[in-house]
Parts: sequence; structure tokens; C-alpha cells
Amino acid sequence: MLIFILAAIATLIGAGLLAAALGRSASTAVYGGCVVVCLALAAMALWFLLNGVHPPQDLVLPIGLPWLSAHFRIDALSAWFMLVVDLGGAAAALFGIGYGRHEAEPMRVLPFFPVFLAAMNLVLIADDAFVFLLCWESMSLSSWLLVLANHRQPGNARAALVYLIMAIFGTACLLLAFGIMAGFEGAYGFAAIRAHPVSGWLGGLALVLILLGAGSKAGLVPLHAWLPLAHPAAPSHVSALMSGVMTKVAIYAVIRVMFDLSGRLPWGWGAILLTLGAASAVLGLLYALMQTDIKVLLAYSTVENIGIITIGLGLALVFKVNGLMSLSAVALAAALFHVLNHALFKSLLFFGSGAILVATGERDMERLGGLIHRLPRTAVLFLIGSAAISALPPFNGFVSEWLTFQAILNSPDLPQWALKFGVPLIGAALALAAALAAACFVRAYGITFLGRPRSDAAAKAHEVEGSMTAAMSILAILCVTLGLVPVLALMPISAVVQQLLATPFPGFADGVTATEWLYLVPLSATSSSYSGITVLLVVTAVTLAVVEGVHRRGSARIRRSPAWDCGFPDPRPETQYTAASFAQPLRRVFGTLVFRAREQVDMPPPGDFRPARLTVTMIDPAWEAFYAPISGIINWLADRLNALQYLTIRRYLSMVFIALILLLSFVALRG
Amino acid sequence: MSALLQATLLQLIQLLIVLLLAPFLTGQVRWVKARMLGRRGPPLLQPYRDLAKLLRKEAVVADNASWIYRSAPYVIFALLWLAAALVPIFSTRLPMSPAADLIALVGLLGSARFLLALAGMDIGTSFGGIGSSREMMIASLAEPAMLMVIFTVALFIHSTSIPSIAEFVLGNAVGIRVSFALALISLTMVAIAETARIPVDNPATHLELTMVHEAMVLEYSGRHLALIEAASMMQLLFYVSLISGIFVPWGLAGPNATPPLLLLGIASYFAKLVVAGVLLALFETSIAKMRVFRVSEFLGVSLLLGLLATVFLYVSHSL
Repeated sequence: MLIFILAAIATLIGAGLLAAALGRSASTAVYGGCVVVCLALAAMALWFLLNGVHPPQDLVLPIGLPWLSAHFRIDALSAWFMLVVDLGGAAAALFGIGYGRHEAEPMRVLPFFPVFLAAMNLVLIADDAFVFLLCWESMSLSSWLLVLANHRQPGNARAALVYLIMAIFGTACLLLAFGIMAGFEGAYGFAAIRAHPVSGWLGGLALVLILLGAGSKAGLVPLHAWLPLAHPAAPSHVSALMSGVMTKVAIYAVIRVMFDLSGRLPWGWGAILLTLGAASAVLGLLYALMQTDIKVLLAYSTVENIGIITIGLGLALVFKVNGLMSLSAVALAAALFHVLNHALFKSLLFFGSGAILVATGERDMERLGGLIHRLPRTAVLFLIGSAAISALPPFNGFVSEWLTFQAILNSPDLPQWALKFGVPLIGAALALAAALAAACFVRAYGITFLGRPRSDAAAKAHEVEGSMTAAMSILAILCVTLGLVPVLALMPISAVVQQLLATPFPGFADGVTATEWLYLVPLSATSSSYSGITVLLVVTAVTLAVVEGVHRRGSARIRRSPAWDCGFPDPRPETQYTAASFAQPLRRVFGTLVFRAREQVDMPPPGDFRPARLTVTMIDPAWEAFYAPISGIINWLADRLNALQYLTIRRYLSMVFIALILLLSFVALRG
Repeated sequence: MSALLQATLLQLIQLLIVLLLAPFLTGQVRWVKARMLGRRGPPLLQPYRDLAKLLRKEAVVADNASWIYRSAPYVIFALLWLAAALVPIFSTRLPMSPAADLIALVGLLGSARFLLALAGMDIGTSFGGIGSSREMMIASLAEPAMLMVIFTVALFIHSTSIPSIAEFVLGNAVGIRVSFALALISLTMVAIAETARIPVDNPATHLELTMVHEAMVLEYSGRHLALIEAASMMQLLFYVSLISGIFVPWGLAGPNATPPLLLLGIASYFAKLVVAGVLLALFETSIAKMRVFRVSEFLGVSLLLGLLATVFLYVSHSL
């Protein structure tokens, strides 16, 4: 089967080349081809996961480094992530058919889009460090080119530069990490690394480097600062791929190394993942709440969701280390489920923002409003995405967070005292993140789609074309279906959990029967259970009964009139609550501490006709604490090294000589 | 089969009981408060009359209101009614309770709040926005505290299913435990914040600067307003049922209860409602409303109490 997968990926690369040759006339064909190939890849991945326990398949191609060849392998873990990547990829390509027509410079997107998809798929099936890094770097570079698609817009070039620096930094970290893991013999195949995991401080160093490299790509705090710059700069369907899908490839790298390639890890690594995850979850949302650009808001919310996934991974690791395998399986399943869920609803929301951008030309929420009347279909679909990402029942986001909470609530079984006290705090942080997500998306939806239009563009918007709403509808249907029948996702996940932890998802230990389809019971029936479908059916039935009863017994009449507004309605849309004013209470409560937010009121004295002003200043602690010092050091070093540029040839030669002596003496000492 | 039928019957009875008693609880709190302030107070049946009158009136809807505004009252009421019906009040035998454990119940309330906040922003008035914004801020502070309470309970009982919790407390001599007392205080504070009672919000005022819940629903009228009001009454009843179901479940009929025991369960639930209503009225008359930005301190205390409850439980387990 691996050969078919590679052939499909080669087709994607071919589509990219074809697009470069044919130009913009091939747009529909290229995007349509991507839809078909991605669906085929997703189907193969799903087939691999569902058809019993497949042995992993290997394939060696005689390309690449002469002594290494290129190793490929598909197992349950790669198949799951391949399913996620290609579902997101197919939806993005479908959305791209319509969205591409509104692109100013489609040839800056079209050739790189299929290549980006191919590179992400290749990372997942790479089975040696060389192929992995090569594909990882192709993934970074192709997405960097896509970020540059609208390079004339102010800010985008800087975003691309920051992204490029972070991508190079990340790949350098991964390169060093795999170098350490391969050992002095240079055994770069994953099979060899798995057989002889490095331990001790070298192993720890490798894991730190992996966390830096993959964490910077995933957007873990404090390495997240590039993400809200780069993701929104790309065209919306590419933003969806970068935020919803590419971050998952980084999560895949973390899982591959920490759960597969490393041997037994100390529990401290789980604690590190938990801390990073909780910080990302809360900070990501606090940042998101302060944004008024809807795409930047969505990018920051990705930081939160990556945090939730990382919390699940951390829990799975600490339970695994302590031999609590069924709890570890619940936590890992929650993380893997959230990987899929986030890919679905984040893509849906980015498509929604793309539809708004096409319909109004605006990304700033402060200039939108009332779109529910102008874009009725997009409004419904965006609402489903917002409810799903806010972890509300009966949507899919709730199920994965619920599973994470079930794992957290069983943390008292852990023997380490630090974890006994620490994990409840992580749980409180997760609850805070869930509540903040609801606030964030009430704000995003309420300001953008509800109320009165705040600009002409918003007042005159028109619904977008069929392929865009179709892509959003498919994702929305998946969000609802997986929330109602989570067993659909948990069956393939169980195969992944089986591979990594040698135990299935504990709820499916006795097989999957009608009860499992109806009720989600992760541990035991007396401890906890949830049934989204029952909740939805009962709520629907009760709602219909209430409507019927009220309309029959009471009154069914409606009278339309101007808004009451306490008797003093003001027709100007400026009198509405704005995105900034909505966030103000939360900024007062959380922002003064985290962002050192300050409000300054400039009230002119009587007789002065200046308008009054309210200035809010905030800082990003990650920039202040990490990026600013690093860039300062680099500048300082560059200034010092500048002197080396103007030396005479004699001095250069003597420096080469000194370097040679030093290297030779190092080799002599080691030998 | 007859067992399932009986259980379904019990579930239907519970749906009816919570529907009938929710306005009573609110009316009783109002009456006791009025008495304490030296007024005669409205009769206990007044909330029923208000609701009936509002239901018969036509609904005045703003010109630019969307379907969210019009459908929200029905869905919110259904969600809260369902939530109140999932907490065991007189019998722990509820066929629907496996559909949602304690965390899922918090999620259901979250869905209702999400819809209500959106409905508040639908017309585009500044009052709706201020209400929604503050409601979401309060919720973001209340939810971590609520989770710490759930954590304390789950830590002790190894379950988040409410009937299991109630049966555990009933079947074992739990006695007075410091951590349970702390969790009780914490949950009560969360309940006060979530049900928009004094000192967090004042259900009786329409003063612009202090409104939270009332600001969100300011535009509603007629049957929509009736459903929104009924939903907030239901929410109050839900929290009283939840607190009594977890911390004072005595009187609840077990899984194999006979009809007399079930009647006793209903009677004891009614008694608990009356006591809770009096206590709430007493608390509300003896405290002043606080500024909106003091709410974070109030709920911060609640969160810390929840944390302390967890820590005490660990310490007592290890001793």
C-alpha cells in the first residue's frame, strides 16, 4: 500500500509542476486534482487503521544519501495523522476552487499548494532522519512561499521573514536532535534509533531540541510569536492548512519521538509537556481575546488548541511512566481526537474568515457586523465552528476536552506528589481556557455576524459561491457527526493507542457494540459517561415541545419594531459594543497581570475641541522575555563580527591556519 | 421492560416537578426578602402569574433581529430544563443521567450561556454588548472554580456521575469533612455568580451600570421574555438541586425504592428547596452588591477554596 501512497504524493508534486507550466487557467483542475488525491490518501489511511491490526509496512527507495537510501514506513500513528492532513487538505483544496478565483496573484499560490500538501504527507511516512528533515524543510519552505503570496500587503514580508527565521531555527534544532539520537555511528534510520535509544543527559538534550524544533512549528508558548504573524498573512485556505494541519505535523514529530523512538522517559518530561501545554492554552486565548483582526485571532486560538493537545500528551506520558496504561490510553486518545477536531473546526473557521474577506474585503472585526443577514449560510457554518472550538456539547471539541478532563480527574492515582498537586492546577487552567474560548468566540461571532454593519462593505456583502460553502459545510457536518458519534473517530484512534501503548482505548476493551456507539464510557459506567446523541435528541424534542406548547397555549404573534434600547436608541452603528470594548473586562482582570496592559484616558479640558482618547498599551511577554533579548544578542554579535569583514588577506590566512590547528589537535586528543 | 418503564416514568415525574417548582423557588426567595426588608411582598404564586401573562402577550422583536435572537429563548429554556432534570432530586434512578455527567452538565450550561450572550449581541445595542461581555468574564472566572469542586468530589468518590455521587454519600457515613465543607462553600459562591444573585449581580435592578444578566435580555418581550425568565428560575433550581444532591442527599430514594419512599424523597426535596430559598434570601439581604471588577476577587476566593479542598483531601488521605 505504501507504494500507492507514494504514487499519490508524487501526483501532488506533479500537479504543482503542471500548475507552474500551465498558469492560472489550470486553477480549477489543480485544486480539483488535489481534492481527489487527498481523498484517496485519506481513504487509504482510514482503511489501514480500520482493517484490523496491520503490521507496519516498510519501503526503501535507492535515492538520497548513498549509504542510507530513503526509508519510508506507514504504521497506525502515521496513518492517523495522514488522515487528519488529507481531510484538511481535501477541504482546503475544495475551498480553493472558489477562493482562488478572487486571488490577486494566483500563480504565487497554485504551484506551491500541492507541493506543500505532498511535503506534509511525506514527513508522516519518513522512516529515517534524513528523509524526515528533508521533507520537514520542504514543508517549511513551500509554506513560506505561500505566506509570501500577498507580499505587497504591508506586514506580510516581515511576517514571512520572521517565519523563515523560526523555521530555520526549528530545523536546526531537529537536525542536532537527530544527530544526537543517531549516535556516533550515524545510524539515522528510525528503526536503529528505536532499537538503541540514547539515554542520560544526551537523550535529555535531544528531547529539549525536539521540543524546541517541533514546538516552534506547533506554536507552543513561548515559541509561538511567529505564528500569529505568518498564518494570517497567507491566503485563507493556506492559513487553514498551516494552522489546522501543519501544526499537527509538528505534534506528530513530538509523539513519534517521545512515545516511539525514545525508551522509557522519566516523568519529568510529562510534567514539562503539561506545563508548556497549560501555558499555551491560557496565554494563547488571552492573546486571541485582545485581537480585532479575525485571522490573527484564529491563529492565536491555534496556540490554545495546541496547548490542549500537549496537555493530553503530557498526561499520557506521566500515566505511562507510572504503568497506568488504561488512563494513559484515555489521555492519548483525547489528544489524538483533539488533533482531528482542531484540524476540522480551525479549517472551518479560517474558511469562514476567507469567505468574509471575499465578501467584504475586511479582516478587521471593528469594520464588520450584521453579516448574518448578508451571508446566511456562512453565518450558520461559522456558528457551528465557533461552538465546536468553544468546547460546547454536542459538538466534537467538547468530546475531546471531556476525555482530557476524565484523565485529569484520575490523576490522584499518580504516585508523585508534584503531579498529585500539579495536575489539578492544569485542570483548572484547562477549564479557564475552555471558558475563555467561549468568551473569545462569542466576541468574534457577535461582533462579526451580529449587530448592525459597521462599514459599507459589511452592509453590502454578498454570499460566497458554492464550492466555498460546500467545503465549509462538509467540515461543519464532520464537527457535528464526531460530536454525536465520537466512536467513529475513537475506533481508528484505538489502533494508534494500541500501537504506542500496547493497550486499546479502555472503553473498547470488550469490543465495540451498540452501547459504545450510543454512549462514550472511557473507564467504567459508574464513574462517567456521555452521550452527545441522546443530549441532542432530548434537547431537540424538548425545544420543539416548548415551541409547540408556547405557540398553542400562549401567543404566536410577532411584531417588528425599532430596537427599544432603554428608550434611547441611537441609529448610528458606532454606538454598538465594539470588539475592543467587549474584551475590556477580561483585559482588566487578566491583562494587567499578563500583558501589563495600561489604559490612558486623554480628556481635553473644556473649550478644547480635540476628541477625547483612550489609549491602551500592552506588551507580549514572550517577545519581551525571549525574542527581544535574542535579537539584541544577535545584533550585538553582528556588530562585533563586522570588524572581521575588512581584514587583510594575511590575517585571513592566519585565521584559517589557527582553525586548522585547533581542529587537528581536537581530533588527535579524541583519537 | 417494566423496570425501564418505571425509570422513564420517574424521569418524566422529575421533568414535571422541576418545571412546577422553579417559579416557586424564585417567588419564595422574593417573598422572604421582602419580609426581611419590612415589606409585605408579592404572593408566592406571583411568578406563575407573571409568566402566564407574558406568555399570552405578543412578542415585540427589533427590526434587525436574526433567527438567533428568536430561537435562543426556546433552546436556552430547553437546555436548562434538561440540566435540572438530570440532577437526582428525589430518586437516583434516572434513565437519562448516563447521557451527561457533571462535566457534561457544566458543558450544557455553557451552551446555554453561549447562546444567551450571542442573543444579547444580536440587536446591536450597547446594553446587550455590555451584558454579554460581563457575563462571559464572570463565566471564565467561575468555570475553573467549578472544576476544582468537581475535582474534589471526583477525587473522593472516583466518579463524576451525579447519581453515583449521591448514592456514595448516602451509602457511606461520610461525616463532616473539612474538604467537603470547603467545596460546598466554593460551589455555593459559583452558584451565586452563575445565577446572577447579589453580590455579583442583582436580579431586581435595571440600573445601567450594574446590570449583567438583565442587560443581555433587555430587548426581550412577551413569550420570549417569559422563557428567558423561566430559564433563569430553572438555573437557580438547578444549582440548589446540585448542591443538595451532592452535599445533603439525605431523603433521596435509592435505585430500588418503593412509592412511599419516593414520596418521602419528593417531600424532602421540597423541604430542602424551602430551606435553600430562606438561606439565599437571608444572604442577599445581609450583603451589598459589589462592583463588577470585584467579582474576580470573589470568584478567586472560590477557586482557592476549591484548591484548598483538594489539598486537604490529599493530606487526610495520606495520614
